Amino acid sequence: MIFRIIFFTLVCIPLSVYSSNVKVHERIFENGLKVLVKEDHRSPVVVSQIWYKVGSSYEPGGITGISHMLEHMMFKGTEKHPAGEFSRIIAENGGRENAFTGRDYTAYFQTMEKSRLQVSFELEADRMRNLQLTPDELKKELEVVTEERRMRTDDKPRSKMQEYFMAMAFTNSAYKNPVIGWPSDIANYQVDDLQAWYQLWYAPNNATLVVVGDIKPEDVFLLAEKYFAGITTSKIKPLKPQAEIEQHGVRKTTVKLPAKLPYLLMGYKVPVLNSVENKSEAYALEVLAGILDGGSSARLASNLVRGKQIAVSAGAGYSMASRLPELFMLDATPAKGQTVFDLEYALKEEIYNLKTDLVSADELQRVKAQVLAGAVFQRDSNFYQAMQLGMFETVGIGWDKVDEYVEKVNQITAEQVRNVARKYLLEDQLSIAYLDPQPMSEQKHKSSVAGGRHADFF
Amino acid sequence: MRIFFSSLIFLLFSHTANSAAKIEHWQTTQGSPVFYVQTKGLPMVDIQVVFDAGSARDGNQQGIAALTSALLDTGAGVWNADEIAQRFESVGAQFGINVSRDNATLSLRSLTEEKLLDKALLTMQEILSKPAFKEADFQREKSRTLAGLKHREESPGALASIAFFKSLYHDHPYAHPVAGVVETVSGFSVDDLRAFYKQYYVASNAMVVIVGDLNKQQAKLTAESLISGLDIGQKPVALPEVSFSKQGVVKHIEFPSTQTHVLAGLIGDHRKDPDYFSLYVGNHILGGSGLVSQLFAEVREKRGLAYSAYSYFSPMLRKGPFTMGLQTRNDQTDQAVQVMLKTLKNFVKNGPTEDALIAAKKNITGGFAMRFDTNSKLTSYVSMIGFYQLPLDYLEVFQQKVDAVTVVSIKDAFQRRVRPEFIHTITVGATE
Repeated sequence: MIFRIIFFTLVCIPLSVYSSNVKVHERIFENGLKVLVKEDHRSPVVVSQIWYKVGSSYEPGGITGISHMLEHMMFKGTEKHPAGEFSRIIAENGGRENAFTGRDYTAYFQTMEKSRLQVSFELEADRMRNLQLTPDELKKELEVVTEERRMRTDDKPRSKMQEYFMAMAFTNSAYKNPVIGWPSDIANYQVDDLQAWYQLWYAPNNATLVVVGDIKPEDVFLLAEKYFAGITTSKIKPLKPQAEIEQHGVRKTTVKLPAKLPYLLMGYKVPVLNSVENKSEAYALEVLAGILDGGSSARLASNLVRGKQIAVSAGAGYSMASRLPELFMLDATPAKGQTVFDLEYALKEEIYNLKTDLVSADELQRVKAQVLAGAVFQRDSNFYQAMQLGMFETVGIGWDKVDEYVEKVNQITAEQVRNVARKYLLEDQLSIAYLDPQPMSEQKHKSSVAGGRHADFF
Repeated sequence: MRIFFSSLIFLLFSHTANSAAKIEHWQTTQGSPVFYVQTKGLPMVDIQVVFDAGSARDGNQQGIAALTSALLDTGAGVWNADEIAQRFESVGAQFGINVSRDNATLSLRSLTEEKLLDKALLTMQEILSKPAFKEADFQREKSRTLAGLKHREESPGALASIAFFKSLYHDHPYAHPVAGVVETVSGFSVDDLRAFYKQYYVASNAMVVIVGDLNKQQAKLTAESLISGLDIGQKPVALPEVSFSKQGVVKHIEFPSTQTHVLAGLIGDHRKDPDYFSLYVGNHILGGSGLVSQLFAEVREKRGLAYSAYSYFSPMLRKGPFTMGLQTRNDQTDQAVQVMLKTLKNFVKNGPTEDALIAAKKNITGGFAMRFDTNSKLTSYVSMIGFYQLPLDYLEVFQQKVDAVTVVSIKDAFQRRVRPEFIHTITVGATE
């Protein structure tokens, strides 16, 4: 038995699971690479993720999205392993692989049968320094990324609206830019831009290697040393803070796009664990999000979707694990006969209630029970465990805070939830976007039968 | 993300190298089959109750299976929707209902500590056997579904999928979308839902899956109690066979998007299909293996025509579709479709190379352990094996079956089953 779980029951709190987690082993090589290892012996597999401290919030104007573009180019080969080889070798070894880019990180991962870990290390170490960027490969991959943008954003009214929303909510914070980049920036990347970005950020002293699975920490450290320890260090210049200037008053925008349903987005400027002095406030905001939207019994589903039946769906979201101050988000789709303005009013009423009344003991217990159980459920997945460690470390919180999460949430009181509502969910710190659906052109159907015969199915 | 994960692309399954999970099987007193795997290490359990009550059972009431399932947890026994949700969430349990063409699945994930699990199980039992179907809940859920159907019209991908199924399946029960269409859903009454529930949510039509840290005795009691409140009822009649149209179709739907979504394919295989393994391994090479498939190489890596390009078979109770897909800038649709079809034609004509087959087998066998390395994935596989009545040693013999596939068997299966001249090609996007 790898996980030691102790249950104890408190009066009025049917559930309190204190989950004592498996130890995470850390080693920092001389070249600055941090290696984190967590054992999970339930299956003979291992996930390896390498996280670089670079993402869209690191990007200056004119080259937004370049971290994501570089992520694509990282599959285009080195001298030792030409284009396509990386993926071919991983596949031949039974592996799954991919990569993802966020505002604060770029990460690459492989999931392998445990004996193949070195295959992943060898390839990943090679492309940390030896990537070959060519104009021909860039030209093709630019088209791919442009298609990705069309699919993710341009043809999705709500995603597009979210882009406008973020660009309005933030004045000078780098969080105002989309991860995938603005279209004209994407269209104008040059090989030199990517080369410079690669040299600036891809170095052992700007990376964290996270390994979770059926392995022994000492074996992983030895293997990692073999492949990564010889890589030279870069001089990483500290990022300029680009601290968001203060907001003085609510911001509103209407986005008119072809769509079928109206939609509402609201966001309050709030701190994150990194930025807040009193750390418990970040955990209290997490609990507050759970009170509003932690399942079907939470307030938004219970009061707005059922109760008043003013929304067909409504949500709230906050993540304390960001590098920079964030937005506490609310979103909703009005029910038939209701408007986005009715919804705005109803959501503000929910916020008002959080500032006025203490949340009930039952609600608080429910959120804590979900967090506690969630911590057990999450351990079903090696990938998720590695993801949490990598993200906390890369955004600057520190991986050790992952283990504290359940306990910190468990300490939050109803008073603390009310306090953060009063302190941060302020009208003057609010941004709102309304999606105003425009008619979509009439659909026309044309059909024909291959080979010129008649089809009458439509 | 470099690749857009489609769960369908990776909905393949496993074969044994090392010990595949041992599935135990029995029947409840009312005759519902139970499939159980004990896993240790985490104090949690995944439980599913599955009914042959998917949208293929809708008849003319397209969408009724989905709406019936959506009503189940909005009121049961003495509890209303709030109380039901509170009962699950106060013990940290996660409850959900999902409907596909073939089935309706109620899923519970809970900690195994007795008090917590008991509260969640009792709630699930009431939902299964005493759903209230109150008029007010029905009206609300119906309007929410109608809003969802409207929202669907914003998505060129969703419209392409609807047209693709309609084109392939004509009047077969698989033809319509699972959630139904506005015209049918708006006509439902709560009595229609009650009747659907009464006919299909019965012990004779149910199956239980349990994966997690419960011993066999606990698993037996759990399955027994979940099913105990259901009527015995009857198994529904078998779904009709799918007729294969020997006619290619090209259909375009005009839509104000910057990209055209392309779906191309034909009627494929069913879960117990004799060609299953040859088609599965062959498709792995053609378009099923993510970053290294032929379609990915031709459409994306060589030409930069799309972000995602893939193909897959979706075997069901009856023959499911073989689907190829991509999305591309409107003005290069013809080119992308040509590349896709040419890649298919070439594959069907020549089959894979010996080297490609070896690489595919290495990928499938080398990654075997990752196919059920979590309770979540294992639950899906056990559920699939149970529902489609595949042999219990299915996982154990999977590897042998993959190994037995040859270049000749792939070529033969594709030439008989995937005739390029019968392909239906659906495009949704802007041409003007």
